[in-house]
Amino acid sequence: MRAKSSFKNWFNSGDPWIWLNAGAVSLSIIMVVGLVVLIMVRGLGHFWPSNVAAFDYIDDDGSVIALVGEFIDAEAVPRARLAVDDSRIPADIDIIDRRLVRIGNRDYTGFDYRWVLDAAVHNLSYPENIMAVERYEWGNFYGYLKAVKENGEVTDADPDWESFLRYIAESEKILGEIHHIEKNLIGAVNYEMERLRLRERGLALDNVAPGSPAYAEIETRRATLQEEYNGYTGRLTDLYEQLNRASFVAVLAGGQKAELPFSKVVRAYRPNAMGVTDKTVFYFEKLWEFVSGDPREANTEGGIFPAIFGTVLMVMIMAVLVTPFGVVAAVYLREYARQGPFTRLIRIAVNNLAGVPSVVYGVFGLGFFVYFLGGTIDELFFAESLPAPTFGTPGIMWASLTMALLTVPVVIVSTEEGLARVPRAIREGSMALGATKAETLWRTVLPMTASAMLTGLILAIARAAGEVAPLMLVGVVKLAPSMPLDGNFPFLHLDRKFMHLGFHIYDVGFQSPNVEAARPLVYATAFLLILIIIFLNLAAIKIRNSLREKYRAAEQN
Amino acid sequence: MNDQTDTDKAAPGTHAVNLSALTGHMGKLSLADERPCINVNGLNLHYGEKQALKDITMVVPEKKATAFIGPSGCGKSTLLRCFNRMNDLIDNVHTSGEIRIGGENIFANSVNVAELRRKVGMVFQKPNPFPKSIYENVAYGLRIQGINRRQTLDAVVEKALKSAALWDEVKDRLDDNALGLSGGQAQRLVIARAIAIEPEILLLDEPCSALDPISTLKVEELIYQLKADYTIVIVTHNMQQAARVSDYTAYMYLGELIEFNDTDTLFTNPGEKMTEDYITGRYG
Repeated sequence: MRAKSSFKNWFNSGDPWIWLNAGAVSLSIIMVVGLVVLIMVRGLGHFWPSNVAAFDYIDDDGSVIALVGEFIDAEAVPRARLAVDDSRIPADIDIIDRRLVRIGNRDYTGFDYRWVLDAAVHNLSYPENIMAVERYEWGNFYGYLKAVKENGEVTDADPDWESFLRYIAESEKILGEIHHIEKNLIGAVNYEMERLRLRERGLALDNVAPGSPAYAEIETRRATLQEEYNGYTGRLTDLYEQLNRASFVAVLAGGQKAELPFSKVVRAYRPNAMGVTDKTVFYFEKLWEFVSGDPREANTEGGIFPAIFGTVLMVMIMAVLVTPFGVVAAVYLREYARQGPFTRLIRIAVNNLAGVPSVVYGVFGLGFFVYFLGGTIDELFFAESLPAPTFGTPGIMWASLTMALLTVPVVIVSTEEGLARVPRAIREGSMALGATKAETLWRTVLPMTASAMLTGLILAIARAAGEVAPLMLVGVVKLAPSMPLDGNFPFLHLDRKFMHLGFHIYDVGFQSPNVEAARPLVYATAFLLILIIIFLNLAAIKIRNSLREKYRAAEQN
Repeated sequence: MNDQTDTDKAAPGTHAVNLSALTGHMGKLSLADERPCINVNGLNLHYGEKQALKDITMVVPEKKATAFIGPSGCGKSTLLRCFNRMNDLIDNVHTSGEIRIGGENIFANSVNVAELRRKVGMVFQKPNPFPKSIYENVAYGLRIQGINRRQTLDAVVEKALKSAALWDEVKDRLDDNALGLSGGQAQRLVIARAIAIEPEILLLDEPCSALDPISTLKVEELIYQLKADYTIVIVTHNMQQAARVSDYTAYMYLGELIEFNDTDTLFTNPGEKMTEDYITGRYG
């Protein structure tokens, strides 16, 4: 009896509520922090150069092979699951330790990774002269450097590491030059050539007589461009010749020799010989490459800069589109429309629009924006390039518009709330000075609503940056050949397809040919996506807070 | 509000001692001698079904201060808000009858409401400065009219702030946010804002009800000075205030105009029993 009443007292005191609430809050925080930390550790750990082990391994068939590779993962599995029954493991052990080794050399061994049983590993060592080579193709290479060749002749039978690195640096320089010529110079020539072709076709469509000077003008320009182009290709041939001159010979773990051209090398390093400082420098170089570089090898290597750029640009275009739209709609609904059943209906519709599954917006965007609007624009303004579509195909413009449509309810709702918060006294004060309703709105009410608009925009950005499903239909691709913003007039190419971090995560994680290699990148990309959303939000929140500070006192009146 | 005036003086007849001395408010006033500024003729006003003003007919004299007194809900604010058509902003308001300002019926369709409000300025119960700088608050009305020349604005802002007896307090911080001003300063700023556009009439809707006694005194002094240049109509709950600042007083009750006379007569020798009950505090 007594215990019961004291429980009742405790319950009535409100303590259980406080504990419940505090518990719920802590649980949420722990989950969010845990998620971010997990993603961070898994993703960012990938770039650390781990030591490369060399060991003898008793294979399934009993033969002894030499292996070289990085230990990536370890696990303990029951013997039954492995379904191995051999002499390598003592019979009385039920739980077997095994490790995942990245052995690289995919072009020689057929696969990048293999599991090894701990019990079958012998003579484990970390020799300093093991070299890891990151290549443009076929993943990592592990081996021992033997000789350097030029034009097929051995020029250095026992190269030291520094001279080897110099070869790599030289080929990197040539590669950079080739890249510049191919991407920027020839790219610009091609771009202008295409525009000339379209102009010519446009003239033909306009029924301009074949002999007219407009054609001649195009022809002269084309000749100049062709000459320019020939100059570039000549230079390229030279560069490629230089590039392919040098190669090196290395010995694989099993003793076989391999010859690799320097042109295929991204970087080479000897992890076992590196100190912590070297490794840290290497780590940040890799991290920088990840953030600023282009993807390689079906997106499983290299960087994700185009995806970052595409995401941010898409969100920014969306913000530019959605804000005026949402604000104008909210102003009409709140300030001008006669309040009644009809406006109430519109409000319900707007609120429900926020709950429509996003992929539905994607389908709508594809049908309405891409095919209908884009098709119409093509017919009206880009007839010369038909049947190849210009805007009648998914692109960043349509993706941003679709996203704007998806997020416009959020902006409307929060702007309306902001308008409702502006005190009547302020409006009357302005009207009493002879301002019309529009002047009052423009000069006083809307500035005071700015913080609410930005709140809506923050929510819109957070939603749009993380959305993937609709984007797959209206403009995102696995690999975009060119960025939506570049040095060719008119610089911002709204018709181009783009890459997006959210889609990149899906693509790398689930569509990649090399899932093991890609998994850390999935985490790293996810982490970066979170960072970008946080950054965009923080920027908007900062602006909003400064505005809110300015108007707070007025709202309290 | 009443505390301050109670200690000041109890008998309404001696109200003019401190303030009227400033402007030489002497001799007997009479409505018949005044030039009319606002002619109200048979004005009825309904909020939906409810009638808030019943057949009001009166003449507000030019360049004098006219006070509307009466218990809460008697329609004095509503009447005031008719003069600049502020009631238009409220849904479901219907008016009949006419109000003539400068000979023109302000309810006529041809009247430009914004133009009317430029001529008939208004100050509200609670100070409502805009969340802008002090300077921009005062310049607001001019900017609305498209006047953006810096020199003109500077001159007008200074003049208006001086007229509102606020210049000395704010001249060094014109660019500060007006929301940082005290209640009394904010109310004088709002008055400065209203007179910056040089209206003919200034409507004051209980301008001191949200202010402390010192600020009240300052605003009252200001009103006293302003009536030399403007026709002032003031709504107040505070009879002593009406007695102190106004030349003419109208007593309203339940939407009707009960009595309208010069302030001295109304307070010392009211013609109606209802008025006498109200001003002597017998009104329940």
